[in-house]
Amino acid sequence: MSVRQIIQARLEADLAPLHLEVANESDQHSVPPDSETHFRVVVVSDAFAGQRKVARHQRVYGVLEAQLKGPVHALALHTFTPDEWQARQQSAPASPDCLGGSKADPGV
Amino acid sequence: MDTIETIKEQIAGNDILLYMKGSPNQPQCGFSAQTVQALMACGERFAYVDILSNPDIRASLPKYANWPTFPQLWVKGELIGGCDIIMEMAESGELQTLVKEAAATQSAS
Repeated sequence: MSVRQIIQARLEADLAPLHLEVANESDQHSVPPDSETHFRVVVVSDAFAGQRKVARHQRVYGVLEAQLKGPVHALALHTFTPDEWQARQQSAPASPDCLGGSKADPGV
Repeated sequence: MDTIETIKEQIAGNDILLYMKGSPNQPQCGFSAQTVQALMACGERFAYVDILSNPDIRASLPKYANWPTFPQLWVKGELIGGCDIIMEMAESGELQTLVKEAAATQSAS
């Protein structure tokens, strides 16, 4: 299974999302071709009702703990309840452009 | 000093604090750049820590914060979120309100 598929499967199992997008955006960053390091996730779930954003993201980070400790370097995360998703007309913000930070970043 | 103690002191001592990659003038990552821009647009002073030049903090803060990535915005001792949350809050106007309130009640330090 690719990292993308693992992320998708884990989120589906934990959050029963009404809507889930998992995109590999690694090719927009300064990493080798075909890397699986940078992801963007949009998840819409009833499980987020009454939760602040920090708590929602912490839940997702918990579900993906192994992936974040391993191959995943960046995770753009957009979490909505079904009502919020409707109000946004079913669109989430795009990820920012890369600034080439891995050249200055000994941790990558 | 113990790294966790340093982190606690930074968070307690700065009402508006951004942990980021690079500096506000020279961010080293798109997520940090976007966040710092949104924060600067609020027009208040804030403190920052460049985690690329502070590897101990970079290694320890994610566990302490229960937040695995950078940037991280802390306001009045509370983790507000990373880039995605800050951008959503900037869009809705919540960020401006939060930062203005924090600055207005800032202890003279």
